[in-house]
Amino acid sequence: MNPNLNLWLIPLLPLAGAAINGFLGKKSSRKAVTAVALFFCGAAFAMALSVSMRWSSLTLPYHEFFAHWIRSGNFSADFAFYLDQLSLVMLLVVTGVGFLIHVYSVGYMWDDPSYYRFFTYLNLFMFFMLTLILADNYLVMFIGWEGVGLASYLLIGFWFTKDSAASAGKKAFIVNRVGDFGFLIALFLLIQHFGSLNFTQVFGSVQPMGVETGGAGLLTAIGILLMVGACGKSAQIPLYIWLPDAMEGPTPVSALIHAATMVTAGVYMVSRSHVIFERAPIALTVVAIIGTLTAFFAATIGVAQTDIKKVLAYSTVSQLGYMFMACGVGAFSAGIFHLMTHAFFKGLLFLAAGSVIHAVGGEQDMRKMGGLRKRIPWTFWTMTAGTLAIAGIPGLAGFFSKDAILWRAYQASWAYWLVGLVTAFITSFYMFRLWFMTFFGDYRGEAEAAHDHAGHPAHDAHGGHGHGGIHESPKVMIIPLVILAVLSVVGGYVGVPGSLGGNNRFDQFLAPVFHASTPADGEHTVVGEKGASEQTTEGSEPKTEASTELLFTAISVLAALLGFGLAWLLYYKRKDLPDKIAGSLNGFYEMVVHKYYIDELYAAVFVRPLIDGSTRILWQGVDRNIIDAAVNDAGDVARHASDEVRHMQSGNIRSYAGWVAAGAAVVIVLMIWAGVR
Amino acid sequence: MSIDNLSSIILTLVTFLPLAGGLLLILFPRRDRDIRIFALVISLLTFAVSIHLPVHFQRSHTEFQYQIDLQWVTTPNIHYHMGIDGISLWLVVLTTFLTPLCVLISWNSIHERAKEFFILLLILETALIGVFTSLDLFLFYFFWEATLIPMALLIGIFGHERKVYAAVKFFMYTMIGSVFMLAAILWLYAHTGSFDFVVIRDQVMRGAVPQFPAAAQWLFLGFFLAFAVKVPLFPFHTWLPDAHVEAPTAGSVLLAGVMLKMGTYGMLRFNLGLFPEQSRHNAGWIMTLALIGIIYGALVAMVQPNMKKLIAYSSVSHLGFVVLGIFSFTQAGLNGAMFVMLAHGISTGGLFMLAGILHERRHTYEISEFGGLASVMPVYAASYLAIVLASAGLPLMNGFIGEFLVLSGAFQARAAYGILAATGVIWSAVYLLWMYQRVFYGKVTHPVNNSLRDLSAIEKIAVWPCAGVALLMGVAPIVWLGAIDPAVQAALTPLTRVASRMVGR
Repeated sequence: MNPNLNLWLIPLLPLAGAAINGFLGKKSSRKAVTAVALFFCGAAFAMALSVSMRWSSLTLPYHEFFAHWIRSGNFSADFAFYLDQLSLVMLLVVTGVGFLIHVYSVGYMWDDPSYYRFFTYLNLFMFFMLTLILADNYLVMFIGWEGVGLASYLLIGFWFTKDSAASAGKKAFIVNRVGDFGFLIALFLLIQHFGSLNFTQVFGSVQPMGVETGGAGLLTAIGILLMVGACGKSAQIPLYIWLPDAMEGPTPVSALIHAATMVTAGVYMVSRSHVIFERAPIALTVVAIIGTLTAFFAATIGVAQTDIKKVLAYSTVSQLGYMFMACGVGAFSAGIFHLMTHAFFKGLLFLAAGSVIHAVGGEQDMRKMGGLRKRIPWTFWTMTAGTLAIAGIPGLAGFFSKDAILWRAYQASWAYWLVGLVTAFITSFYMFRLWFMTFFGDYRGEAEAAHDHAGHPAHDAHGGHGHGGIHESPKVMIIPLVILAVLSVVGGYVGVPGSLGGNNRFDQFLAPVFHASTPADGEHTVVGEKGASEQTTEGSEPKTEASTELLFTAISVLAALLGFGLAWLLYYKRKDLPDKIAGSLNGFYEMVVHKYYIDELYAAVFVRPLIDGSTRILWQGVDRNIIDAAVNDAGDVARHASDEVRHMQSGNIRSYAGWVAAGAAVVIVLMIWAGVR
Repeated sequence: MSIDNLSSIILTLVTFLPLAGGLLLILFPRRDRDIRIFALVISLLTFAVSIHLPVHFQRSHTEFQYQIDLQWVTTPNIHYHMGIDGISLWLVVLTTFLTPLCVLISWNSIHERAKEFFILLLILETALIGVFTSLDLFLFYFFWEATLIPMALLIGIFGHERKVYAAVKFFMYTMIGSVFMLAAILWLYAHTGSFDFVVIRDQVMRGAVPQFPAAAQWLFLGFFLAFAVKVPLFPFHTWLPDAHVEAPTAGSVLLAGVMLKMGTYGMLRFNLGLFPEQSRHNAGWIMTLALIGIIYGALVAMVQPNMKKLIAYSSVSHLGFVVLGIFSFTQAGLNGAMFVMLAHGISTGGLFMLAGILHERRHTYEISEFGGLASVMPVYAASYLAIVLASAGLPLMNGFIGEFLVLSGAFQARAAYGILAATGVIWSAVYLLWMYQRVFYGKVTHPVNNSLRDLSAIEKIAVWPCAGVALLMGVAPIVWLGAIDPAVQAALTPLTRVASRMVGR
């Protein structure tokens, strides 16, 4: 018998915070707003911790019914919660990193006139994100899924007087809706075939089904449609376009929503649905290919960006690609592992970038930074930890998780591995490029000279602390940075693979979720799952493979170092080279800078034709010139034909109505009379 | 008075209370304040009385409840027969809920002929409720036509620039549609000797109506045309944008909130109830028109420069969902259709009120006249956003529940329809958020907007209940579905029988 964990409180606590601040925040002091926001977010974190304390006493998965929601015929969806190893990992990451980012935001947003509004949205986001994670069925998950989209919309457009911010928020919401469209269709298929959206019921029904080897079947369709949803939320090709624009939001938002948590919801959802995907090899291949392509494609764009946040944004898209690559080759736990470490180091990188932006008075262009190493040492060192972690330098968090993915990718196909490896190299390059451009060389900006920040009113942080010049951020911002830096350094040790002498405790922890349910029939199991006989966790691989794995580890370390070396050469040693190279590449460099013109392409192919077509053809054409014209013509014809009753037809509405009313009155009087009689 | 006694007169009370109030208003001196307060009291009282209906409603019973059946006229055989089931129950409450809000939203905006205005509003309420409570076809038709007069007058007298054109168009258009229904009703009377819906339905089901099989298709179409115009189903929708743009706010709220549902209610009650076989036969093209309406309405809404027209076209889209759900003949589809009717009433009613609030300040609905209002009117902007999200179908808001069920039902019936209609979730986000951005975000571009005042207390009381109910319906839809579900199941029974018979053949 499970103890009652009162899981429902976890999402509802931040919701209470959002409600209090939303309704009362405007008239409250900043301190009160801060207290409310941090308390309710912190309480959720505390509850998550207490759940993990009692972990050993639980029979998993743990279910908790809260209330009925929808009931229609035989179909029902309830507010109910589901907890297993996978949701616990997500829960801790979201509440933990979320809380740190809340703390950081206190410093970052302190001078914003809409301080309370920011924390209202941020707490609201936590509510939806936690609902998404703890959901016991797809429909409650969808509440969280759309809800985080709403929070994202509100926060991207937080500075809504800026047109670009408002547009970016709208774009994010709409592109996500395109993904949700796929998600919804998947849900309809689930309802139609399994009569339920409940995880336990759906997966229970799917469990005995065989792998769809003979081609695409029901599970393949469901899987691909779910992946469409994931592409929207997690910014994968072809729906990634909203994420770079989302950088219009305040930087803590970019860290929390657009790096650490919300954008990983797609990975979580696919992993949650692994029972379906494992039986749909084609769907898995789609996931793997999308992930791999996105990882590579986004990384190449990241190379040419000069806006510090945009670099990180494309990096996020790329890293999410890695996670999907992992899912696609059936290495769900490796994907979740990377999700976790990525939350640490990318959250850190964004917050540190925020600290940099804060320091230089709102400037986001790296070409106007440089030499900040000595000026903002805390930011520098924490950011260094994040950079090393994402680049895959051995010993740090990103190294272990990325390595786990690449190894499993190789087992599925060398092509995934190779693209992943090249991406790792590019990642290392653009991250160190950012690092060198920001912190080394000479300072190229104006923050020092011009103490007045009014020059960058439109920019992100507006650092108006009353002290001009480059300055380190306050403690309330530095402490979260330090904690995340520590996590970025040591966070990977929970998943040290067997080949490096560890026993991959992370993988083992998640094993009951992912390994208990792999398809029963042996030979043709999941891509990358090396035969049913070997359904082992990564921790206990045979010795022969361990040495190969070690070799691959060495290769990826080499790629990371190569990336560092190239960045060092181009952005530290020979700073004249980048321009020359860019020049020699002719149009290609331009194309990369313009993000391959994908936004322009979408505008030309979808947006323009839709708007023009709707205006000219549908509205002015069909509606006015055809339908309405026909109606009015018919009216004219009728008018001419009815010369007889012309006197009644004065064209005066009151006289029409008068006639009708009079007629009706006569009828009524007659009837009442008849009835009474 | 005991509950039993009350039960038999409660519907009469709810239906005619507003009319009685309206008649009393005639005696009032022309002091606007007194008139407004009296109208508010009457409409609130009606709402309070109508709450009796869901509270004492027997959810598991599928028979009509609170019935009253009196012989009214012997020749022709007309009964005063009223009664509601889970389908009409909430539509009555929707009407009584929206009317007090309409009074409030007109509080300061009606300066001339306030007395006539509120009298018409109350008469309209009676007519609307009567449509949903009548079980005698003659009575039904009477109320059906009776809604036209006060509404046309509200538009024609209290509307904006092209009010007469819009009122005439509205009146003639829907009147002509109704004529076909009248013909069908008279045919049914001639062959069954009764106007009573229950009696006719039983005879039809028993196959006891002479010549019915031959005439059924025409009768079906007769009813359907009247309803399709009212809904309005594409391509009968062009009266709607004109009527809305010219109508005063309260008129728009009741027009979109309740009157359009008369059409979908009629389809559900009469087309499905009396002609299950014909409903099945005709479902294909009807669902196609509904689907066109969903997408077409949304796309045309997207490019409207006028806020009210945008909302009007969005209604075409939303009502398309309702028709699609009804003719999917699935439990989910019908539940969803009912839910969309209610949800649309609340959220679109709210949107029209919000648009009216802006019009009162700026005397225009042109979207390009605004921009940056979120800075000037933050409370208004937040309220607007809440309603927009409800309308866009955000989960935990009422729009989502209905759309989800409709789409799920449509998907089960015909997967392609469900998929195409599901693109509606994208379109609604596009047109609503784009409009929202143009009105509220960015900088204030017209200096005159800088001095706009935020919501007044009365406006808050009018708008916030809509937002609150929209949320409540999204969080606890089970309250509504609990009564709808069994009724829908009962409504579907003859259709399933038809289906199995058709398969058997």
